[in-house]
Amino acid sequence: MDGDIFIQILVAAIAAGTPFVYAALGELITEKSGVLNLGVEGMMLVGAISGFIGMAKSGSLLVAVLCGMTAGALMALIFAVLTLTLMANQVASGLALTIFGVGLSAFLGLKYTSIALPGVPELHIPFLSDIPVVGRLLFSHDILIYSSLVLFGFICWFLYKSKAGLILRGVGEAPKSAHALGYNVIGIRYLAVLFGGAMAGLGGVYLAVAYTPMWVEGMVAGRGWVALALVVFASWRPLRVMAGAYLFGGITIAQFHIQGFGIEIPSQLLSMLPYIATIIVLVLISRDQKSIRLNSPASLGLTYHPNN
Amino acid sequence: MVVKIEPRPEPSKVMQYLSPLIAAVLMLISGLIIFSLLGKNPAEAFHAFFVEPVNDLYGIGELLIKASPLMLIGTGLAVGFRASIWNIGAEGQLAVGAIFGGYFAIIFNDSNGLFILPLMIAVGAVGGMLWASIPALLKTVFNANEILVTLMLNYVAVLLLALLVHGPLRDPNGYGFPQSVLFGDAAILPVLVEGTRLHLGVFLAFGGVIAGWVFLQKSFTGYQMRVAGLAQKAATYAGFKYKKLIWIGLLTGGLTAGIAGVLEIAGPIGQLLPSVSPGYGYAAIIVAFVGRLHPGGIFLSSLLMALLYLGGESGQMNLDLPSAVTGIFQGLLLFYLLAADFLIHYRMRLNRSRLEVN
Repeated sequence: MDGDIFIQILVAAIAAGTPFVYAALGELITEKSGVLNLGVEGMMLVGAISGFIGMAKSGSLLVAVLCGMTAGALMALIFAVLTLTLMANQVASGLALTIFGVGLSAFLGLKYTSIALPGVPELHIPFLSDIPVVGRLLFSHDILIYSSLVLFGFICWFLYKSKAGLILRGVGEAPKSAHALGYNVIGIRYLAVLFGGAMAGLGGVYLAVAYTPMWVEGMVAGRGWVALALVVFASWRPLRVMAGAYLFGGITIAQFHIQGFGIEIPSQLLSMLPYIATIIVLVLISRDQKSIRLNSPASLGLTYHPNN
Repeated sequence: MVVKIEPRPEPSKVMQYLSPLIAAVLMLISGLIIFSLLGKNPAEAFHAFFVEPVNDLYGIGELLIKASPLMLIGTGLAVGFRASIWNIGAEGQLAVGAIFGGYFAIIFNDSNGLFILPLMIAVGAVGGMLWASIPALLKTVFNANEILVTLMLNYVAVLLLALLVHGPLRDPNGYGFPQSVLFGDAAILPVLVEGTRLHLGVFLAFGGVIAGWVFLQKSFTGYQMRVAGLAQKAATYAGFKYKKLIWIGLLTGGLTAGIAGVLEIAGPIGQLLPSVSPGYGYAAIIVAFVGRLHPGGIFLSSLLMALLYLGGESGQMNLDLPSAVTGIFQGLLLFYLLAADFLIHYRMRLNRSRLEVN
């Protein structure tokens, strides 16, 4: 294999993995607070179309990002009200959020299906971008990819070095104790859920505005669900989330490159790859039940209310 | 605070039944608001969406055709949901059922045998169950989360169907269109009422609902499923084999979804197409919840959900309403139900300031 193609594939895998990075890091924070939001797919879809509309109307990436994040957070707010205030079942509420998001995004996107956006330009960094190989690999991306790396750094610092992160993890591990110590468990969980929604929305924006700058109904195509699986795969650790996201980015684009090598495989079979890979990865990681139990936030998915 | 929220001493039976009704009413009210936001006359749009589709015999037939797969799958899913086994994969199980059933319709296309339809339904059921056995196996052996596995398999199954109708199962004389041959008469469910498309499959759906009711309410395994859903540990102490319940919960969903897939291709569609379901597998999840995981309730909620599908089509034809509104209504209905369920465990009380009488 030509070295150049290899670099090309790696660069493409990073781009394809970025929606997973945003969505899975957001869900990681939500789950660390003890809340399981299965609505990632729906929040990504609504974020994608909102960002797309913002971009189409204003031409500004910043507006697109803000629209997508707000839309994702608003979707998450519905989920938060249902599960945290009204104490509804988290699994059912998350499913409802995805079903609603699929419908809402299709509806919002009706007038935007035949528009193409200019896309987001690569950020050219003087000197660095011109280094051979390394320059292409590390310094030839758009700003949303760099900001996803900043987000990763922030989340690592937040979870493991900041007091707020410690409180968040405490709320996820032992909500009763956190409450007894005087922390507002429900309020903290609200913030974590909203953050997860905003990040899922941003992942959607990346898809619809930068990755494939157009809107296609249902274009998230299961990435929200893969992001959920990635959090489990990563045993709730940010660095592993990143590794998983780029791995799956690679699997997503593998289908195009396999065809590029002249191997005759029906496109539908290749499109199955990411989904089958997700199942395989889930099986491998879930085999070790003890490790899952040790690593997952202890109160994950359980309804909690201070008055009960 | 004027309104005080307090826990009920015990869950309200009345609210259990009332909350789906509250959810349906709230959804209809939201409909009026959405219609006016879209610049339509709300009353007119409401009529076009919720009344017009069912104001003649043909419309009633269409309602039952659409409700059939929903009630059938909804009942099958409810069996698992009761035990907190979350089969989200009915859409894929339906597609695999359609592939299996459709395959036999195609290879027996020249035959007139009466055996064809029963055979299609049987193999469709087997196909759905096979597809559902993957998450069951992975959950019981490897502890893999069934929500994610069933969901991923939906995408795989739909791609598999597309692959087959683009390739081996494509009509050789079909000018390259991705569709199978039209099924022969022996592979098409007979129409029951003249002037409608209502077919024999509706009885199969009714039968499925009744069988589900007997299983869930009258059988010991059905009772075990309910206990396992309420308290898995208690069920284990009582000696119930949770792994067995996982298999049953997932396979009943696969069974009903597989049959529903055959009902679609041997009913309104009449051939294999790249897509054989407008999201029935997902809508059936809502049907199951709104029906309180009870076959009787599922029967009623499947009619409501079918009306949403028909209303979407009718609104699009008559008022240029986007059919995507259907998806919004479906999501809203489930949101309202989950919110209204709060009132099962809590009640609101007005805080009256009491006057002291001297």
